[in-house]
Amino acid sequence: MDQLELGPLGLSVQLASMTVLVLLSLATPLAWWLAFTRARARVVVETIVAMPLVLPPTVLGFYLLILMGPASTIGGLWVQLTDTTLTFSFAGLVVASVIYSLPFAVQPLQGAFEGVGKAPLEAAATLGASPLQSFWRIASPLAVRGYVSAIVLSFAHTLGEFGVVLMVGGSIPGSTKVVSIAVYEHVETLNYEQAHLLSAVLLVFSFVVLFAVYVLNRSMPLGRRR
Amino acid sequence: MLDLDFTITHGPFDLEVRAAIELDGTTAVFGPSGAGKTTLLRAIAGLDRPARGRIACDQVVWHDSTRHVAAHLRRVGYVFQDGRLFPHLTVEQNLRFAVQHARAPGPIGMRDAVAALELQELLSRRPASLSGGEQQRVAIGRALLTNPRLLLMDEPLSSLDSGRRREIAGYIEQLPARFDLPVLYVTHDIDEVIRLAGRMLLLARGRVAAQGSVKEILDRIDLWPLTGRLEAGSILEAIVERHVDGMSHLKVDGQTLRIPAIRAAAGKTIRLRIHARDVVIAMERPTRLSIRNVLEGRLSRIDLDDTVYAELLLDIGAQSLRARITREALAELELVTGQTLYALVKSVAFDDALLR
Repeated sequence: MDQLELGPLGLSVQLASMTVLVLLSLATPLAWWLAFTRARARVVVETIVAMPLVLPPTVLGFYLLILMGPASTIGGLWVQLTDTTLTFSFAGLVVASVIYSLPFAVQPLQGAFEGVGKAPLEAAATLGASPLQSFWRIASPLAVRGYVSAIVLSFAHTLGEFGVVLMVGGSIPGSTKVVSIAVYEHVETLNYEQAHLLSAVLLVFSFVVLFAVYVLNRSMPLGRRR
Repeated sequence: MLDLDFTITHGPFDLEVRAAIELDGTTAVFGPSGAGKTTLLRAIAGLDRPARGRIACDQVVWHDSTRHVAAHLRRVGYVFQDGRLFPHLTVEQNLRFAVQHARAPGPIGMRDAVAALELQELLSRRPASLSGGEQQRVAIGRALLTNPRLLLMDEPLSSLDSGRRREIAGYIEQLPARFDLPVLYVTHDIDEVIRLAGRMLLLARGRVAAQGSVKEILDRIDLWPLTGRLEAGSILEAIVERHVDGMSHLKVDGQTLRIPAIRAAAGKTIRLRIHARDVVIAMERPTRLSIRNVLEGRLSRIDLDDTVYAELLLDIGAQSLRARITREALAELELVTGQTLYALVKSVAFDDALLR
């Protein structure tokens, strides 16, 4: 029996972790704005954020390929700065994954911030806390369940991503050949044994992660509404 | 001094406030629901931004057309209707939060706040396990710990049952003197105004209808519909003279009233409320009568509305007392302003809850 091929699995975990980190820093302010703004643009932004939920990954991937290609402004700038192309690179995959998984981070955070509401933040302000201090000491702890959901969902969703990766990253071992692509290639080359192994790992992993989230959500007193 | 001159959007109508509020003791902001009381408080705290105008405290501008000082920089303590304790922190951590973020040092420390509001037993508890009254006590203590220039209270008793109300009012009324802290107190309950405040700002439909001492405003007939004065009756200030045989003797501008013993110490000034319908008018000092309390006064005004009743205003020294009689009685007695009358007051009309 062949040994379990670890390269694509490691790459997937790396990609998902990176994506989660980038997403947290982007989705937090975005979700905060969506939760508290009264601007009319809110509905438009909400719609755009939700787009990856319904767009076929190949369509999203196609547009990203065009946007990030060396011929485009963004892709061209990247080539100038780094001497490598954004497409068919790990960095390109991170960018694509961030966009692809955006709703999975923004929506739980937005819901959590809306749940916290303005009331405790106003109280914190009258006690002398700056908006940033209120965010760290009041809003974040109260929204902790939103954070757990956002992290787990966007991590798992990135791990399972296939179409976008195929379009933007191709299948370069060690740099863009993630686990879902590897499974696909194994099946194409009738290497069912490896496909089985990798799929089983993903299956178990997904179950364990989701199970952990549900258990945590039940037992965590903080995020529960008063 | 708190200088207010601003307009702010408030539901169906705008709140337009022009007032100078002296920062001393407790000032009540009174008015019916929807008058704009909370909106006023929120604008002062910096939680809502006026559409135009100016807010200044001690000559320091908090808001005008060029500046807007953010809420967390204003040194204003705020007690919300519902307490708003942080649910993920213990009582002690809630209090510490205020200490840590206080913008300026001040005399009120953890020990003072805990003592004043008797919070010792609650320190390790979580807000969810506290009763409404306990939560409000913690919220008041927390607001004190920021050492504010001004304490804003937004109907802090309204979510409590009547027993708790009395208890928390007891804590609130000692604050201005104990901590040398001016309080702006929003309420729609005239009893709270009488008990807690020395001055008041009367709001109606987004405008300041009147401003002045509580007694002065409650005596103004044109404001009755707003103050709910018909229920409130007259407010008389009296000095406790002594306690004899289960009765307390009070002096009202030189005249004596006797009421069943109250707890106030001799020499203390208390406020009494007397319903207009509990005052009987006599043209001569009556004798051989079961009513013991008779005040001599001069009839200064007769008010008629479109009912069968007339309201008389009697000057008792510098104070005034209202009596409600029928128009028929008014005509038969041929009462004219300036004449001396005797007001018979039933003892039961004295309200112990108004003690201060």
